[in-house]
Amino acid sequence: MSEDEPHTNYVKIWAILVVLLAVSVAGPELEIWWLTLVTAFGIALVKAYVVATKFMHIDHAPKFVTYLMVTCLVFMMLFMAGSASDVFKSSGDNWYKIESDWQYMPPVAQHDEGAHAEEAGNH
Amino acid sequence: MRPIATTRSAAGMPTGLLAVWWIVASEIVIFGGLLGAYIMYRLSHDAWAGHAANTNTLIGTTNTLVLLTSSLFAVLAHQAAEKGDGKKAARFLMYTMAGAVAFLCIKGYEWNYEISHGMTITTNTFWSFYYTAAGIHGAHVIAGAIIMGIVAKDAAKGLELQRVELIGIYWHFVDIVWIFLFPLLYIAK
Amino acid sequence: MAESIPTQPSDPHADDHHHEEQSFVSKYLLSTDHKVIGMQYMFTGMAMALIGGFMAYAFRMQLAFPGVEVPLWGVVTPANYTALVTNHGAIMIFWVAMPVLIAAFGNYLIPLMVGCDDMVFPKINRLSYQIFLLSAIVLISSYFVDGGGFGGAWTTYPPLSAKAEYNLTPMGASIFIGAVGLEFVAFLLGGINFITTAMNARAPGMKLYDIPMVIWMIVIASILFMVSVGPLLAGAIMLLFDQQLGTAFYDPNRGGDPVLWQHLFWFFGHPEVYVVLLPAIGITAEIITVFSRKKLFAYRTVLNTAIGTGVLSFCVWAHHQFISGIDPRMAHVFTLTTLLISIPIAEMMFVYIATLYGGAIRLATPMLWALAFIFEFLIGGVTGIFLGASGADIYLHDTYFVLAHFHYTFFPIAIIGTFAGVTYWFPKMFGKMMSDRLGKIHFWGTIIPFNFIFIPLFFLGAGGQHRRIYDFQNFPALAGEGMQDLRILATTSLLVMLGFQLVFFYNFITSLMKGKAAGKNPWKANTLEWTAESPPPHGNWKELPTVYRGPYEYSVPGREKDYWPQDEPN
Repeated sequence: MSEDEPHTNYVKIWAILVVLLAVSVAGPELEIWWLTLVTAFGIALVKAYVVATKFMHIDHAPKFVTYLMVTCLVFMMLFMAGSASDVFKSSGDNWYKIESDWQYMPPVAQHDEGAHAEEAGNH
Repeated sequence: MRPIATTRSAAGMPTGLLAVWWIVASEIVIFGGLLGAYIMYRLSHDAWAGHAANTNTLIGTTNTLVLLTSSLFAVLAHQAAEKGDGKKAARFLMYTMAGAVAFLCIKGYEWNYEISHGMTITTNTFWSFYYTAAGIHGAHVIAGAIIMGIVAKDAAKGLELQRVELIGIYWHFVDIVWIFLFPLLYIAK
Repeated sequence: MAESIPTQPSDPHADDHHHEEQSFVSKYLLSTDHKVIGMQYMFTGMAMALIGGFMAYAFRMQLAFPGVEVPLWGVVTPANYTALVTNHGAIMIFWVAMPVLIAAFGNYLIPLMVGCDDMVFPKINRLSYQIFLLSAIVLISSYFVDGGGFGGAWTTYPPLSAKAEYNLTPMGASIFIGAVGLEFVAFLLGGINFITTAMNARAPGMKLYDIPMVIWMIVIASILFMVSVGPLLAGAIMLLFDQQLGTAFYDPNRGGDPVLWQHLFWFFGHPEVYVVLLPAIGITAEIITVFSRKKLFAYRTVLNTAIGTGVLSFCVWAHHQFISGIDPRMAHVFTLTTLLISIPIAEMMFVYIATLYGGAIRLATPMLWALAFIFEFLIGGVTGIFLGASGADIYLHDTYFVLAHFHYTFFPIAIIGTFAGVTYWFPKMFGKMMSDRLGKIHFWGTIIPFNFIFIPLFFLGAGGQHRRIYDFQNFPALAGEGMQDLRILATTSLLVMLGFQLVFFYNFITSLMKGKAAGKNPWKANTLEWTAESPPPHGNWKELPTVYRGPYEYSVPGREKDYWPQDEPN
């Protein structure tokens, strides 16, 4: 497989991955919500792509391997597309989901355990 | 005594490699279902951002770094195995396994801290997902490390060197799963 | 569990020795030979079919004669009843249809039909069977634990399945999930083996379009299974945690969502129908070409249609949930996709009829089963149109109409398809011919009562008879004389049908002992398995075959013989 390019410098790729990791951790510090999404999930996609091509050598395997992996992912998205509108729904004509478990939880990040003690007391 | 069937490769790649890709495909949908369910719950429950704030980003980052590094060793082992150097490949696989052990120890410390501070699997559904997803991933780490030990034992004697690549592909897949778990559980708050 | 009838020694160096020389365990239980493993799957599947059939007998007796003491079972209590219907469904799909159609025929046929000596991973193959056997034992053990077997239907919908306070089977529910999970793992291992063997281990010269249709179908089915089962495996772990650890993934009282389980389940559950359907369609293709001495009409079309069906089967799952409170907009989408999927299946039916057209048809027992498959499955398919349309389904959902519909699909698949395959490949498996006369008696004795069981149930369902009701006498609208007569007719027909299975077992055993020798190729078929000895020795051929042409070259003009085996150079 990789005799095509015997000089692949794996350490350099690893360094790129570590830099990407640092960016994704630093992203939320800017506190811009859309930027956090990009740095968190966009970079996860980039990292996954780098690992799949440079470490797993998926691009050196026959084409159908890539198609297979993509097909599996597409089916998962299909699953989410078909079920999301039901899972998102919290009430209907004769029913509603009881939300006691989280509605008393402060929506803002709390690093002390007080939030949990309070929440545990609520059910 | 391997059947002749195993040595054929009508599809253009060795049988073991083909099978590993199929295993990866079947794992994609297992984790896909789990993470898909998590994402849908997460999007419909605003308060989960608050729960997620209690996860320890530093530990999560350290574990990502550990897994990325272990993946590096796995691919270096593959490189050594391709050159026919079984001893070197086995040594790199040992480093990868050390990474797996470090990952599990850090995970154990993290879980121990969280459970002792009242964040258990039944606290609420966010924490249920947190422990279930990381737990299933952890089971894959353990299984991968055990298989890697078996492969390394043979590789050190120069046997079955093609297996180094196969366990490497599995290991990189486990790494990719963590690459997605990490932002889902630790970054998005 | 019935292990297997001896066919092969497991030791490759013992080809010429007679079986009795090896210990029973190493020959039949621990063999890695694909033929022995195929037999193990087949006989385990048949034993489970007997258990599943016995369950059907017990609860049908209760429905026709409420409160009667059922011979061999006793009085069926309400808890018994729900456990019986639940396990009947699960057993017939997961422990009969899948092991026999995919694992037994797949294991037996794939190496023989693609021309290699064994599966590519023989030890993983053996492990797959052992896990499967364990799963069957685990499932049956659930009947003997505290609280008895799980009775929340094979779909295991939460919250009923998630909480012991609701289902009253604290152990049974988790054992059920565990058994199904083990079974999935067994088939994932087996499926990887099937796919890899068919992709990589084909005989030299066998191109993609030279692969016999049944192998294509088993491989496509394995891929469908593998891609669809993942989310359910993850979901099953979540359900197990709900049951045992007290999490709330599916508990609406604590922020969970029970409908998510239904989506996870049916995202697997609907492709699963095609997982078992496709191998049966493949078996039929082999049989009708051989017994009408004609080339399969439109080989590539059938293949592309099967792949298309597979892809489309991932887009239809929510038609099982029209009354579960799903989004009505999605119901439109799923109605459309569900009605669309009848097109490729209808196309396959037409292809088979076109194959029969103008052929020299010989109505031997396997051919009768294959034709019955097409005919009966057609009824199952056509009644599905009513249920796929969300408007009609709101009335018909969870009635006996649904029940009769899916029995008209699953019975042709799992029972008719299996009998077609077993009677067709019996000479190859055991080297003896089955009695054609007894075979035909068994055929008509199965097919006629089958229709008399389920046609009355269509009428009962359309009349409003709901599923999963223990005693219809409690519902004045459903307790009338006319309705009860139909129930008695269905149950009586079931008894007749079960009785006629004795003919099959008698035929099976006597043919095995003193049937006339089959020779290599009794049906004069083209595919590679018929060039091996009957039964094939370990390693299948002394010299592995080479392939020169497609599998369906029958009645080629200008040739002496009306068949042209794949391995003959010219």
